[in-house]
Amino acid sequence: MIQPEWIWGLAGGGLIGLAAAMFLLVQGRVMGISGILGGLVDGSGHRRLGENLAFVGGLVGGPALYVWWHPGFATQISSELWVLLAGGFLVGLGTRLANGCTSGHGVCGISRLSRRGIGASAVYVGVGMLSISVLRHVWGIV
Amino acid sequence: MLRLFFAALSGGIFGIGLLLSGMTDTLRVQGFLDVWGAWDPTLAFVLGGAILPMALAWRVAASRETSVLGTPMPHPGQGPLDARLVVGSILFGAGWAIAGLCPGPALASLSFGGSEGIIFLFAMVPGMVTAAGLARPKDGDTAWTSAR
Repeated sequence: MIQPEWIWGLAGGGLIGLAAAMFLLVQGRVMGISGILGGLVDGSGHRRLGENLAFVGGLVGGPALYVWWHPGFATQISSELWVLLAGGFLVGLGTRLANGCTSGHGVCGISRLSRRGIGASAVYVGVGMLSISVLRHVWGIV
Repeated sequence: MLRLFFAALSGGIFGIGLLLSGMTDTLRVQGFLDVWGAWDPTLAFVLGGAILPMALAWRVAASRETSVLGTPMPHPGQGPLDARLVVGSILFGAGWAIAGLCPGPALASLSFGGSEGIIFLFAMVPGMVTAAGLARPKDGDTAWTSAR
């Protein structure tokens, strides 16, 4: 049975791929969010400061405009402080150590059959599945 | 000016893609990782839908020396699967599972994610700074763009 969420996933994924394709062909850059954000945070991306800020502005502003036009979206994120702090810290540390996240390694890496992209994606998806198994089904805390 | 415009446009399309695909919904992301529960395959469709146009873009990029705006076209090669990549991805996978957010959706949901989303984003900062302190990358971009 095909679910409507899958179609939305495919269509939204197409937009994500279109954005990444545009960033590569027009801008000449690989669209990696942890790299762009990390470059703003630690100053390593200072040569592309304006461009990085414009990209992040679009990334925050685009959905803001859409939600203003069509309300009803929610992140449904946990309000437990340890989840937000530990999750955020690990995501920040891990993506910068690995030099990429789901956009850089996932979308941009897998699509060119990069060994690092495929390897990183296999590891974070595998560890994510293992973590949820323990956190949700063994400890029952997530 | 054109560079800023197209960078913002890419960011906007990317963010709306994340929103429409359901990837700003942390329960949907955790539902994909939860293979023992009511498994939600949506994330696989999102990744598939994104990889197809991007694979085409890499093909086009392969034969070009410069981008539309005249900057050098990246032609990344194959880098090594080193310890940093593996350890980093392990830590990222754990954090991703705990909160259900990765950097893209964390930014895309900033306008409607409430104080929780803001706390998550701020918690990423010390993590990123710690990683930079452990070994500073050459540029703000991912390693395989510099590993020609």
